[in-house]
Amino acid sequence: MSMPLEGKLFLDRFKVDEESHLRIVDGEKCFKECEGQPCLHLCPANVYRLEEGDRISVNYEGCLECGSCRIACRHLNIEWRFPRGGYGISHKFG
Amino acid sequence: MKETFDVAIVGAGPAGISAACILADAGIRTIVFERGEYPGAKNLSGGVLYGHNLAQILPDYVERHCPVERNIVESRVWYLSRESGYNLGYRDSVFAADRKYNAFTVGRAKFDRWYAEQARMKGALVVPSTVVVDLIRNGHGAVAGVVTGRTDGEVQAKITLLADGVNSPLATRAGFRRELAPEEVALAVKEVIELPGEVISQRFCVSGTEGVTAEILGEIAGGMDAVGFLYTNQSSLSLGLGANLADFAAFKLKPYELIEAFKQHPMIAPLISGGKTLEYTAHWLAEGGYDTIPHLYGDGYLIAGDSAMLFNALHREGNNLAMASGKMAAEAIIEAVHRGNFSRKGLSGYGERLAGSFILKDMKKYRKFGRFLYQHKEIFDRLPALSSFAAREMLTVNGVAKNQKQRLIGREFRRQGMSLFRLLRLLWQAWRAVK
Repeated sequence: MSMPLEGKLFLDRFKVDEESHLRIVDGEKCFKECEGQPCLHLCPANVYRLEEGDRISVNYEGCLECGSCRIACRHLNIEWRFPRGGYGISHKFG
Repeated sequence: MKETFDVAIVGAGPAGISAACILADAGIRTIVFERGEYPGAKNLSGGVLYGHNLAQILPDYVERHCPVERNIVESRVWYLSRESGYNLGYRDSVFAADRKYNAFTVGRAKFDRWYAEQARMKGALVVPSTVVVDLIRNGHGAVAGVVTGRTDGEVQAKITLLADGVNSPLATRAGFRRELAPEEVALAVKEVIELPGEVISQRFCVSGTEGVTAEILGEIAGGMDAVGFLYTNQSSLSLGLGANLADFAAFKLKPYELIEAFKQHPMIAPLISGGKTLEYTAHWLAEGGYDTIPHLYGDGYLIAGDSAMLFNALHREGNNLAMASGKMAAEAIIEAVHRGNFSRKGLSGYGERLAGSFILKDMKKYRKFGRFLYQHKEIFDRLPALSSFAAREMLTVNGVAKNQKQRLIGREFRRQGMSLFRLLRLLWQAWRAVK
């Protein structure tokens, strides 16, 4: 009875802002300069996903706000800020 | 907001609220900004809190209905291989009696909300749903307040306390702290798993309001430098798994898949069996230790708690360091306000208090511990399976003489590069890292 990530995130309470608080600064860099692409693996909410045509999408709606993508990106290619006040995840238990 | 406050606090967590309580008690005009919808909305820890440090701020926290989940009477340490494991536990009835609430579990969404409410009742102004995006500087570069994300969101304050958590983009932006490197934090994910209270009590052999903690080491995350925990709440369990972030980047393992595998481990599966996951969250542990602590105060500002990297990884202590540092920051602020000196010199009482306290003493004592674990991957890959092999062989009754078993075990250890000499050296280095 393994639980997929979508099921886990479905349990959390999010207030989703219209605008993303995460941004890949230079999308080309991810394919030309970044070898390991750690953001695709280590994000606990799988925010960064490889799309067709060499593109990484940023699914910020389920971001758990840990900060890992920001410092794991060796190219400093992720612009990361806190969601606007009151937006993002709200822990129910914590 | 064009109001002026004596003190602006960024972050309504244990550090910020502890400071707010002490400051409000001293009649100092204090405002606390919290980016979450409510205090606690963004806050997370395994869930163990320490009564001693809370009582230093609120001696009557029990009478004030502090939302305690379970009072911890037994602490376990597990060392697991993939399919087996060692369990060392210490239970003491003194923790149910004279030393009750030495350690207890909480849900941070509830606890921090309650804690902020106590500060509010004492007279601090707590403003939720507000991100502090920058600091105001006066002509001399001293911090003179905060800029919030709201329109007209500048708030002047004589002193600003940064208690905005381990990420602290504010401290980095202001140049008070450098950006962290991946190996200086651990990324942990946590699930809260619902179970009836009496089932939890039975499974952990405790009575109604008593609880157990288990800290978990070993090959629990594909050989990464990892820690896990299983804590009892009133009617749920907190299960968490974390690993060094640099390892996550190198191993390419996914945190949410690892915690699923963790749940299947034979030491864990029966304890969470039938439980329903209620919440899935993630947070960093500030594992960098003593050498990553930034300079903790300057003209018009101080830094406390996780933002200041105050965390004792070996003893899973974090929010007590946050509370104690918040209290010390508040005491130093009170001195500064009375003297009318908000400069670095005026706030130096903070540095003196920290240096004289358990906070910096403990962090200094264990300053090499994080690096020790990170540099000894054998603790997380080969050694768990080898130590399980040893126990399994010695416990299997099959007519083979114990001497022969011992030789077999010794040979297997040597074959995997873990000779007796290497084991002793590992022990010696471990001792040197914590002595």
